[in-house]
Amino acid sequence: MATERKSEVVFEIKDLEKSFGDHEVLKGISMTVEKGEVVSIIGASGSGKSTFLRCLNLLETPSGGEILYRGENILDEKFDVRSYRTKVGMVFQQFNLYNNMSAIDNCVKPQMLVLRKSKAEATENALKYLEKVGMSEYVNARPDQLSGGQKQRVAIARSLAMDSEVILFDEPTSALDPEMVGEVLLVMKSLAESGLTMLVVTHEMQFAKDVSSRVVFMDGGVIAEDGTPDVIFGKPKNPRTKEFLRRVLNEDI
Amino acid sequence: MQFFVDIGNIISKYYLRLLSGLGYTMLIALIGTVIGLVIGLFMGIIRTIPESKKKSVRAVRKVIDFIITAYVEVFRGTPMMVQSMVIFWGFAFANGGQTLPLIPAGIFIVSINTGAYMTEIVRGGIISVDKGQFEGAYSVGMTHFQAMIHVIIPQVLKNILPSVANEFVINIKDTSVLNVIGVMELYYQAYKIQTMTYKTFQTFLIISVIYFAMTFTVTRILRLIEKKLTGKKDYVICGSQSSSDAEIRVGGGGRNGD
Ligand SMILES: Nc1ncnc2c1ncn2[C@@H]1O[C@H](COP(=O)(O)OP(=O)(O)OP(=O)(O)O)[C@@H](O)[C@H]1O
Ligand SMILES: [Mg+2]
Repeated sequence: MATERKSEVVFEIKDLEKSFGDHEVLKGISMTVEKGEVVSIIGASGSGKSTFLRCLNLLETPSGGEILYRGENILDEKFDVRSYRTKVGMVFQQFNLYNNMSAIDNCVKPQMLVLRKSKAEATENALKYLEKVGMSEYVNARPDQLSGGQKQRVAIARSLAMDSEVILFDEPTSALDPEMVGEVLLVMKSLAESGLTMLVVTHEMQFAKDVSSRVVFMDGGVIAEDGTPDVIFGKPKNPRTKEFLRRVLNEDI
Repeated sequence: MQFFVDIGNIISKYYLRLLSGLGYTMLIALIGTVIGLVIGLFMGIIRTIPESKKKSVRAVRKVIDFIITAYVEVFRGTPMMVQSMVIFWGFAFANGGQTLPLIPAGIFIVSINTGAYMTEIVRGGIISVDKGQFEGAYSVGMTHFQAMIHVIIPQVLKNILPSVANEFVINIKDTSVLNVIGVMELYYQAYKIQTMTYKTFQTFLIISVIYFAMTFTVTRILRLIEKKLTGKKDYVICGSQSSSDAEIRVGGGGRNGD
């Protein structure tokens, strides 16, 4: 206990709710995320994992509750959503690279448009991150010339190039052929080790177990259990967690 | 062979009229198509603005949506010849008999008419772009306008190019209706020549050849451009960031060279 790490709260989420019409998808989610945490979010299909992440990036507007980012309510009308989105990036299951731009432009254009960086500065920064994800050789390739795994690595570089402090990953490997899952997870693992704050919706239980510092199990629009990987995978307290894990881990074999 | 002599006479005597008619037809059709496309794109940008939280903004938006729909329906649902008369003489009526200059009036009419069709074409083009493209743009903090200009519209343009080309060809032909307000395009010139020569058949046969030559040429040129735009599928792998010798050409995708 000699060095008490000073915790720095990034997200404080209180009673977050989201409905689509009459359909209540998120039914009061509360959690706190600290800087440097890698949180895996697991749960059955339809439990609201994507909706939760999308609310955090404001691609969906929550119907109730609060999201504080570094103490500021992001749902406030006067909140600067655009500069917030540069700090909290998002990586999608379907990559969502800009189809009309090369890999490098995908990383350069947002910096120029949103962060108002010069082309030279943006390019230097983009190349740095494209190298980090192992895509320097393909800087001039267009999205339709890249494999899924390559696209996803460019998408990660695009988000990193905004100098984001948090990245939200929504099933980043679910649309990939099995042989490409590894290369993306490897990149994510190195990001986790570099201290990036990450929220990762994933069906990759091995990743959740080995890489994340914390695992959140969502069930029916609420957080059913929240703990370290050891506890969640070792001795979960909630029977629903146990049941879910038994189901998915058996499928894996 | 009096027929060929007539044709020869008309051409040699009136070629300046024919040429100027051809010129104005192309000018009005081209500018009208471009402005119409800009109108369509502008409407597309407005229509796709994400839902706002504010009630007042949502109300304004409903009104704007209604206006756009009304514009499209009215201009697609009435003949351009009638639109020409209503706009031209409506302006004169509102301005104490003062009429608009003819060529700008013609351009205005064709633009606003084409804009209605383009609004629908662009709307289809936007729908065909994956929703994820918008989300990818918003998620890094782009404004709606930036997302549209830099990410969505370039893809829309590529998708709708054949329809835009089609509108252009239609406009080359349809500018002929502007003769009702006296715009000196090709049909109007043919009409004038005919009143002077009484060779109606020969005169209009000549301009049909001219119209066909214009539409045929334009169609071929635009098809070439289309091919250029969709066929660019090569990229360069950089062996090294500094030496260009290390570049290898790679043919990507199976769609080139069709
Ligand atoms: N835009 C929407 N409109 C209406 N319903 C929606 C919308 N988005 C999500 N839903 C509904 O919300 C529920 C939760 O969806 P969500 O995508 O968040 O689940 P998920 O946990 O990410 O599932 P998966 O593992 O399949 O990705 C689903 O029942 C879905 O049908
Ligand atoms: Mg999902």
